[in-house]
This record gives sequence, C-alpha cells and structure tokens, in this order.
Amino acid sequence: MISVLDYGAGNIGSVIRMFERAGGEAQRISTVEEITESKKLVIPGVGAFDFGMSHLISRGLLPALNSAAIQRRIPILGICLGMQLMCRSSSEGTQPGLGWIDAESRQFKFESSSGLHVPHMGWNTIRVVRSNPIIASTVDEQRFYFVHSYRVMCNDPSDPIAFTHYGEDFVAAFQRNNLFGVQFHPEKSHRFGTDLMRRFLEFEFA
Amino acid sequence: MLKHRVIPALLLHDGGLVKTRQFKDAKYVGDPINAIRIFNDKEVDELMVLDISASKERQQPNYALIEQFAGECFMPICYGGGIRNVEQAYRIFDLGVEKVCLQTAALEDLGLITRLSEQVGSQSVMLSVDVKRNILGKPQLYAAANGKTQSIPWLEFVQKAVAAGAGEVLLNAVDRDGTMKGMDLGLIRQASEALSVPLIAVGGVGSMADIRAAVEAGASAVAAGAFFVFHGPHRAVLITYPRYDELERLLEFC
Repeated sequence: MISVLDYGAGNIGSVIRMFERAGGEAQRISTVEEITESKKLVIPGVGAFDFGMSHLISRGLLPALNSAAIQRRIPILGICLGMQLMCRSSSEGTQPGLGWIDAESRQFKFESSSGLHVPHMGWNTIRVVRSNPIIASTVDEQRFYFVHSYRVMCNDPSDPIAFTHYGEDFVAAFQRNNLFGVQFHPEKSHRFGTDLMRRFLEFEFA
Repeated sequence: MLKHRVIPALLLHDGGLVKTRQFKDAKYVGDPINAIRIFNDKEVDELMVLDISASKERQQPNYALIEQFAGECFMPICYGGGIRNVEQAYRIFDLGVEKVCLQTAALEDLGLITRLSEQVGSQSVMLSVDVKRNILGKPQLYAAANGKTQSIPWLEFVQKAVAAGAGEVLLNAVDRDGTMKGMDLGLIRQASEALSVPLIAVGGVGSMADIRAAVEAGASAVAAGAFFVFHGPHRAVLITYPRYDELERLLEFC
C-alpha cells in the first residue's frame, strides 16, 4: 500500500489512480500517525515552495517525515514540488526545505531571444544516466509531462538518475538510497508514468 | 520529441459533449467520459474541457463530473467554465486537474488571476480570450458568457492578464470556431509576438496542415475541437487523434 501525502498543495487523486492503473493500491493520508505507519510514501505537490513547506510545518508533519526518510528509511517518492521540497532550499522561497538531498532549486533564466518560455511546460524526453530502480534505462524516448519554473541542482553528482534538456540539462530525477524525486508528473505521463509507478510499487530498500 | 502540444478541446453543455460553430448551434456529440477514454488510449498530449453553459447560466462548475474526468485522464487536463473565485479553483485542482482556464471572471476582475497565480503558480492559470472580427475585419475582444464585444483592445487585455499572472493564453478565433476552414493566423502572429507566455491557438483547425501553420505563426500549442470529433463532409461523430509519429513528422523543424 502506497501512502500519498495530502498536505494541501496539489492534486492527490490522479496519483492514487495511476498507482491503481499500475496494479497497486494507494491511499490518501494527511496525519502524523498515518505517516508513521506508512511503508511507502509519495509527496506530490504543485505550487510555490514556501507555500508547500509552510503547509508541512503548520500541520506538524516534519518530525514524522524526517523519521520516515532518515531513521525508518522507507521508500519515498517526491513529485514536482515534492521533489524540490526534499532538497535544502529553493530560490523561490526563504524557508529551508526538508534537506534530505544535498541540492537547491533555482529558477530557469533564459534570454528572451532564446524563445524558451518559463515555466517549462509540456512533454519532454529524459536521458537516464545511471541504472536505477524506478526508470528503465533501456527504453528509447521515454517522455514525461513537465510543469515547472524551478529546477533542482544537485551538489552530489551521484544523485541524479536522469536529465532532461530545456535550454540546458537539468535533473529530471534523482535517487539517494530510499529517496526518489522526479521533476515531471508520472501520474500524467501515460504508459511511461505507469511503468515508473509499477517500478516504485515493486521497489524494496534493503 | 514534440515541442508543440496538440490538444483536443472538449466542450460541455449540461454534462454532455457538444461542438459549436462560431459559438452557436451546439451539436451533441456524445458522452464526455467515453470521449476522454478514447483520447486517453490515443495518448493525447493534453486535454482541455470547457463547460460552455456554466458561466452563461451562472452555474457552479460540475465538480462531480470534473472529478470523473480527472480520474480517467492519464495526461494533463485543463478545466474552464464557471470559475469565479479562488476557492472554486482550489476545489478543482484538488480533484486532480492541472490547470484552470478563466474568461468571464477575468473580464470582470484580473485580481482573480493574480490571487490564483500567487498561490498555485502561473503555470496552472490559463486565460481564455475570445476574439471576434467585426464587419470591417477588426479583431475585438468578445465575452462568451453574454455574447458581447468589449471596448478594451483585445491584445491590451491579454497583456494585462499576463502581467496579472496568467501563465498561458488560449486564443480562440470566434469566427473560425467549428468551421474547420483554417485558423486566424494573423491573430496568432500578433499574439505570439506580443506575449512571453505560451500561446495556445484554437478555432478553425480542419487539417494537419492547419496545425503546422499555426505553429509556424508562433503558437506554442494548438487546440482543436471539431477536427478531432467530426469526420467527413456531413460531420459524422468519430473521435480521432493523430499518432505520435505523425505529429512528430508534421511539426519537425518548426
């Protein structure tokens, strides 16, 4: 059973339904007790960084989340804003992030002559850079749906597992032990997302 | 990899799927859930569902139906129709919808766009702008809810809405709606030159070449209704969507 954290920042329903499509079960959770009982956790999210962090803080969820990530070491998947919240900080906000991953989020900056718009919104392909449990490295042109203005910059070069190109290469997905983050939306990425969700369902952290 | 989205735009009227011609003569084309399932199987880029009766009749968005749509969609979905405040928009995001599309409320007060984009990010807030040419061919801002043209110049309004926080602009050429006779490339060109946010052109797509022409005119994405739901000269209902490799070839080098 996957627990999908509802902290008031973004949609939960489509994440749950994508896990069901992938052959698993998922439930919406929101309390400290439910986090403590979780075996596998997804932190989704859309919106601004401080908005997301302040919701986690005001609901008193930080100690339970830290315990799940660092002491209990259950598999955790952050999606979009959820991925960014797992990092140290973001130039979008003033609050520190969860700090599980040594990385920061910074806004895309492009010259207007580049023709590149921010947010980066739409489908894009990824390039898998290391073998990992959640994204197949043998499938050509896997495409995922992105909607974001900030991208994660990892300080530890061993954390990224996939990159995407939008004006520059940026981290599309990272993994550190039991912790995963994806900048795209697997729940909105057709069979490519279904495959990722199925792999996350099957993943066990030894 | 496709850089430009191609989006089916579904119109709802009293819970049924319809297609209009020049914003009139709504013809019933079927069950929206069934249509969404078909578009899902065809792996469409993105889906747009616009309730054309909600604002006109000052109704609330049909939340139960929107929730069903989101559940069927394994692709991004945008909903528009009857959203008048932040709370309604939030409820819709919470049902699993990525973006909301605003027109009637935005024409009255751009503050809603600002409040929403500050809270959820501008990428989830789309402005829908309808433009109708008068008998002299001059494009004018049009309010779909009451069928009246507005005094503010259309492009000025769009720019104000973008400055207020709209992250995307859906530009609909009223005169081309449902005609399948080609898009208003002049409007698309003007808008794309003036805007820094993605522009979705809609209205008039009747062929794959029309989609390419709109992209060449500067559209970031192209939406179509009739082209994806009608087939043949008698407009028989048949839901279609080009294959990914067809779109890739079509939009190559754009």
